Formats: sequence, C-alpha cells, structure tokens
Amino acid sequence: MNSRTRAIVLATGLVLLAAVPLAAAMLNQPFYLDLVRRVMIFAIAALSLNLILGYGGMISFGHAAYLGVGAYAVGVLAHYGINNGYLQWALAIGASALVALAIGAVSIRTSGVYFIMITLAFTQMLYYLGISIAEFGGDDGMRLAVKSQFPGLIDLNDANAFYYLVLGILVLALFLGHRLVNSRFGMVIRAARSNELRTRSIGFSPYPYRLAAFVIAGAVCGLAGALLVNHTAYLTPEFMNWTRSGELMFMVILGGMGSIAGPVLGAFALLLVEDALSGWTQHWQLILGPLLVLSVLFLRRGLAGLFFGKNE
Amino acid sequence: MNRTLLEVRGLTKSFGALLASDDVNLEVREGETHAIIGPNGAGKTTLISQLAGNLRPDRGRVRFAGEDITALSAAARSHRGFARSFQITSIYPGFTALENVMLAVQAHAGSSFRFWSPARAERALQEPARRVLEEVGLGARAGLPAGSLAHGEQRALEIAMALATRPRLMLLDEPVAGMGAEETQRMIAFLSTLKRGKTLILVEHDMDAVFSLADRVSVLVYGRIIATGTPGEIRADREVRRAYLGGEIA
Repeated sequence: MNSRTRAIVLATGLVLLAAVPLAAAMLNQPFYLDLVRRVMIFAIAALSLNLILGYGGMISFGHAAYLGVGAYAVGVLAHYGINNGYLQWALAIGASALVALAIGAVSIRTSGVYFIMITLAFTQMLYYLGISIAEFGGDDGMRLAVKSQFPGLIDLNDANAFYYLVLGILVLALFLGHRLVNSRFGMVIRAARSNELRTRSIGFSPYPYRLAAFVIAGAVCGLAGALLVNHTAYLTPEFMNWTRSGELMFMVILGGMGSIAGPVLGAFALLLVEDALSGWTQHWQLILGPLLVLSVLFLRRGLAGLFFGKNE
Repeated sequence: MNRTLLEVRGLTKSFGALLASDDVNLEVREGETHAIIGPNGAGKTTLISQLAGNLRPDRGRVRFAGEDITALSAAARSHRGFARSFQITSIYPGFTALENVMLAVQAHAGSSFRFWSPARAERALQEPARRVLEEVGLGARAGLPAGSLAHGEQRALEIAMALATRPRLMLLDEPVAGMGAEETQRMIAFLSTLKRGKTLILVEHDMDAVFSLADRVSVLVYGRIIATGTPGEIRADREVRRAYLGGEIA
C-alpha cells in the first residue's frame, strides 16, 4: 500500500470520527459520543506506550502509572479548589514526565524480564500510594466535582466540544508521533531496538535516547490521564492498576507495534469489542480472551498490517 | 617506521576457568594491515571485543593514539576513531541498506537529539552514505531492506557501516566468513584497495585472505600471542607450525 492510499484510509477514519457527534445526536444516542471519546483517550495513551514499546523495544508493563499521575494531578488540584485547566494539565504533563524520568532512569539500565518487573513494581508502588492516601479518598478515590476550566477557550461540560478537543489532541499526537519516529532521534531508538550491539559500535550510547523517549511517552500518557479524569469525572487508584497497564499493552500489540496509527486501531478494536460483548453476556471475558489469543497468533503485525500494509 | 596507533599491554580476560586472553601484548602501527590468526577457540573474537570496547578486560591496558582507552565504552571508542565489523553479520535487517549506512554517518554528524525533521531526507547523511555504498559495490542495492540482501552483500554492508564512521582503525572480524570461493576473491580484492592508507586489524581464518592482505601477522593460540611477524616470517616459524597450522601454510 502506497502513501497515498494510506492517507486516504487515515482521512476516512478522521472524517468518521468527526461525524460521531452528529450521528449520536441524530440517533439520539449520546452514549456513543461518550464511548468513542473514552476510546480516543485510551488511544492517546496506547499511542504513547507504542513509542517506547513498539519503536523503542522497551516492554514497559507499568504505563498506567502515568495515566494515574495525570489524573491525580488534575484531581488533587481540583480538591484544593484550583480548577484552572492550564495549570492542571501542565501539572499532569510535568508530573508524569518527572515520574517517567525517575522510573526510566532506574529501569532502562536493565533489560528483558527485569525491565518488565521494575516498571511493574514502580507502578504498583504508585497504586498502593493512591490507596493509602485517605485525604484523596484512598481506595474509593474521589469525584472531580468541577471539570478543568479553560475560560474563554473551551467548556468541557459541553460534550461535543470536549469530544472535538480529544479528537484534536489524538490527531496532534499522531502527527507528532509520526515526525518523532522518523527524525534522527526516532532512528536512534529504532536502531537500538533492532540491534543494540551494532548501535553501540557505530557510536551511539542508547541510554539517553531511550530515557528521553520514556519521558516523552510518560508525558503524553499523563495528558491522557488528565483527559480521562475529566471524562469520567472521578478518579480512583484503579487508574493505575496493573490490569490497566496490560490493557494498554494489548491495544498496542493488537493494533500493530511498528506503526503510529496501529495503537489507535487497537484501542478501538479492544474497547468496542469489550463493550459489545459485555452488553450481550456477563461472561464476555470468556469470549474476549480467545479472540485476543487468535489475533496475536494470526495478525503478526496487528490490525495496522491489514489496513496499512507492510511499511509505515 | 610508522608510529604505533594501538598498543595493548598485558590484556587478560577469563570466563570462569577458561583463560580467553592470557597476557596479550600487541602493537598495531599506523597504516598497516595487521592480521590476527589462530585456531578455533583461540580467543580471537574475545580479543577483538575487548579492543572495540564490547567486553571489559580483567587486567591490562589498551592505548589508542597515545590515550588510555581501557575504560571507554564501545560508543566512546567509535568517536575516537575505532570501527568494528562483526563475524556474525550484525546489521539492521528492517532498514534499507542506505538507512543502515546513514545511521552510522548520523552517529558522527552532530546531535541526534533532533525530533522533528525526517532523518531519511537529510542530504548531509544521505550523500556520504551513498558514496560508501558505491565504494563497497552496493550502490544499486541502496533502497532494498538490508535483511533481503544476499549473504555476501550483507558482509559488504557490515564493512560499509564501519567505513561510514570514518575510522582511524578498523577491526574486521572474519570478513569472508561463510562466503563462497568467488565471493571471497571479490572481498579480498576489495579489501586490498581498502587497506591503502588505512590501519586495519584483520581477524581471519582464510589463509588466502591473510597472506595476500596482511603486512604483519600475530598468531593467537590458547589466548596467548605466540608470534608476530611478516607473513614470510610467520610461514617459516616452527612454533607456529607446530602449535597451529600443521603444514596448512603452504
């Protein structure tokens, strides 16, 4: 598939997503607007994970940490009466970048199964930290009474406006991701994933590049966390549960690791199938599980391989 | 006589009870092609890995152009002018041949903390990379995925990636490994043009390659260098014949 067909596929997807609020209004089904907005927020998170997992080869099993840090940054400020969205979202991005810097600085020195376990362990620490702070609701979490305020720019209580904001951020993240993986920086992290020994021998020390990628991914996921807490209007430590990290990984693998748009497809496939099955039977996980196994076995390059062909 | 570019003193490395490098002393002069030969398991790849910085020695010193580089990483040595090719082909199979070489150029051409412009379109990376691909005879294969190249072409790409870093010293680990007779002859012909004006360390099994390319030869047996000399001297050396070649050197 050439770049022109790929552009057409992408544009079609974009038009369909842009038409969702209209369709939901015409069908009088606001639920769909809510569902697709949630899927897009997870797509942003999965896309950020893909930068380090798919392109960097770093199997982070703790990416939900940044979703949680971003959400708590917004929730905690709101708890103390600070509802300014610029401040809240800046803190969400900054705090997740810092947490990613700390976790990455330690974990990137390791590799393979140790890397997986360390990223998981750090995220579990944050999860239990969330449970233990009674001020912020502990186990139960807390409500976000007032959504992030962007006076004069956008009102997140307007469901359509919020929807288009999420769509805009998703498109921006796709574009920035595309630039990033094809830049000099992107070539280095991909090279280090493909052949670390060779990469060192031609003169690159992979550590600082990997760490920078890890921080960028954490920051973008923190923004997704800020979106998510505004979407659900409450937050709990469950945002950082390890099963959440697993879901994000699955979106990336299902969608296709070697492509920028793959995780978006993965997020849609996973969450929409989950939604459809759970409306049909309460034992939906019994069906979803085998579907996921089959998809891993038969879609080696993920859904993106079906839609976009070989090279992206 | 040319000055010494690389000086190795007392290099020792063991893996458990196995002494892979046993007090190795070696001098490589500027501009020479220095071959290291030895039977299987003599510790040739272990030695070259320590020279390139992929493996830390237990004891001993490596000096390069007067500087002690024993503690430097492989990446830092690359920036001092070391380049290495691998015995087992080590390329980026998913990237094109051109991109493979462009990455080697990129490592030595300014900062890679650039997040925006597409690296593939950078002419400052493309042009030197194309020149090197032409030089090793892969000009027509530039756009193909490196993983789809024939074995001999991948070996040439190995050398192209090392060349693209514009090294002062190239370590070639069995450049003709796994090649047919015809490919081997072509590679030897290429290396004999390449060696002009360059300093090469050539680790090789193929005696044709060694004796047609090397200015000097060191013989490694059980981790020790038992002799160093011109190809003629090495052919005539009794100890070398007994320890290693058993008449293989004609």
